[in-house]
Amino acid sequence: MTAEVLLQGIVSGLLMGFVYALIAAGLSLIFGLMEIVNFAHGEFLMLAMFSTYWAWALWRLDPVVSLPLTAAALFLLGFATYHGLIRWVLGAPMLAQIFATFGLAIFLRSAAQAIWGVDFHLVKDPLVQGRISLGGLFIGLPQLVASVGALLAFVFLNWFISRTETGLALQATAQDRQAASLMGIDTERMFALGWGIGAACVGVAGALLTIFFYVFPDVGASFALVAYVTVALGGFGNVPGTLVAGVLVGLIEVLGALFVAPALKYVAVFVLYLLVVLWRPQGLFGRF
Amino acid sequence: MRRAIAVLSLALVALVPWATAQAQAPREVVIGILYPLSGPVAQVGIDSINAVKMAVDIINNGGSTLNLPVGKTAGLPGLGGAKIRLVIVDHQGKPDVGQAEAERLITQEKVHALYGAYFSSVTATASQVAERYGVPYLNAESSSPGLTERGFKWFFRTSPHDGHFSVAMFDFMKDLEKRRGVKIKTLGIMHEDTLFGVDSAKVQEDLAKKYGYEVSVKMAYRAKTTSLDAEVGKLKAANPDVFLPTSYTSDAFLFVKAAKNLDYNPKLLIAQNAGWTDPTFLTEMGKDAEGHITRAPFALDMADKKPMIKPINELFKKMKDNPGGRDISDVPARAFTGFIVLADAINRAKSVNPEEIRKALVATNMPPEQLIMPWNGVKFDEKGQNTGVRAILQQVQHGKYATIYPFELAAADVVYPLAPWKDRK
Repeated sequence: MTAEVLLQGIVSGLLMGFVYALIAAGLSLIFGLMEIVNFAHGEFLMLAMFSTYWAWALWRLDPVVSLPLTAAALFLLGFATYHGLIRWVLGAPMLAQIFATFGLAIFLRSAAQAIWGVDFHLVKDPLVQGRISLGGLFIGLPQLVASVGALLAFVFLNWFISRTETGLALQATAQDRQAASLMGIDTERMFALGWGIGAACVGVAGALLTIFFYVFPDVGASFALVAYVTVALGGFGNVPGTLVAGVLVGLIEVLGALFVAPALKYVAVFVLYLLVVLWRPQGLFGRF
Repeated sequence: MRRAIAVLSLALVALVPWATAQAQAPREVVIGILYPLSGPVAQVGIDSINAVKMAVDIINNGGSTLNLPVGKTAGLPGLGGAKIRLVIVDHQGKPDVGQAEAERLITQEKVHALYGAYFSSVTATASQVAERYGVPYLNAESSSPGLTERGFKWFFRTSPHDGHFSVAMFDFMKDLEKRRGVKIKTLGIMHEDTLFGVDSAKVQEDLAKKYGYEVSVKMAYRAKTTSLDAEVGKLKAANPDVFLPTSYTSDAFLFVKAAKNLDYNPKLLIAQNAGWTDPTFLTEMGKDAEGHITRAPFALDMADKKPMIKPINELFKKMKDNPGGRDISDVPARAFTGFIVLADAINRAKSVNPEEIRKALVATNMPPEQLIMPWNGVKFDEKGQNTGVRAILQQVQHGKYATIYPFELAAADVVYPLAPWKDRK
């Protein structure tokens, strides 16, 4: 193991970590708001990637250009999911809620397979391509743009939640639904908004990923698994915490692959996760 | 007197079945065909059925000018011109369905031989039924090595299995060293961590030892991962001369992207099929895949060296259930070949008696000129495996697969070493 390989690994892990963080942020936001785990989160990501791909394939819109469109489309999808499905299971037992989003996941994945087939797609010749080389170190521009984009989206999300009136209303709803409602906050609207914003986060992440990642009906599954760990690690519902957790997961994954074995890299991630939940069940930055 | 009558009646009883068998020289030969005709791989089954029907047309109609052991005269001449009739069933890719259908074909449809079933798992169960009833079973395309290791008496496989494919890679490296005067010393093996990858890597590691190559890095990676950057970093550090990946499509895509990004470039890349032969691999990867080599069982561009490929491909394109007029591809080509082998054996057996057919199969010795496959011929060993099999290697050249090995079947010269990333066109 040379220093060069290690350094390269750390850079790659960091870049991927920001994208993980943005994917997880949407999940964390929704959970914090209403304590529902969205098991269709990976499928939302997949839909965002397909929408980016088709914008490119049909209208030659580059992923970076179509990013606002994808984010808007996913916002609507999240909004519609809340009104069409989640609202009806809010008072239902937790198991029913799990099955509702899990069923949605299976439905979306199968629908994607039925409509778009099981071929792999790539966006060819995106606007952003190539790499920077610093000595022996290589940084792919698509990866760099994706992680900077994810970081910007993250900063924006954090600003929105903590500095705007709507954001504060969201937080109030998350803290105490009834009290918020007594203060004149339309909690129903806040829930729908939360789902919209949560889905829009994966929308941005999906668009950025599509610059350098393949698009396939199953693609969300691998990312969703990482996202669940990230959310739990950062603290359920703690949006800034997911940023640190995302980067941590990205780094541990690479270090696990380099020092243990590539086949066991997720084992390293899960061991870290287990240690953290044993020591701090609420996650690194969670509050109970 | 009583004794004489007894002897006489015994003789009569013994003669009767023989006499009737003689009198009813079979007017048709019935063969049970098992393929997946529904589910995600239905297309492969439909194509294979087309290839088998094409073989039956050639045999039953007669008048063929192709260099095949049967088809010159209508029907099977060895059985007085008996025609072949197919009973086709869909096993849906399920081993239990395959087993039940094999049972039904033998007991209800009274088939004389069984043929199929593409999925190794279904071939395993269906051929078990055939073994129990003592009915010949010919398999043309299942690649699990274990199928011919079961000590079966009635099971025959014309197709290469996964072990043969890896041998071709190592033969190629040795031949390339001799031909070009280059030196290959170290190998890097990277494989996905499910059965396919683990088996492939194990075979490759054993072969490396046998052929005298040093495996400088062998690594299992997590299938369908989100990033292969660290893995490629490790490869780059070990820098083997030849890189042998075993990956399905998603990881193959990811690998090529990561290798390009991190400027990893071995002298040769020889892939174990799968991801590297996915129909979308070339269209999506474009110039990034240029120079990559993958093993394959069949290729249309061998037609210059194997003249029979062309007329058979034309026949295949005109088949009824082939609406787009698609070219014959690997699996149907193997299905066609396997069926001709079975028909030839029945013809030589001059009987539909299972034991006679089995003996004829054992005695099969088909020369390479009668095949559209790149093999040395068809000849079964005591396990029922065709020993004449050979895989071919194809290299991506100018955005297309070109056959480069075995050298005598090659349509193009090997490009060695791989061009640096910045020069890929």
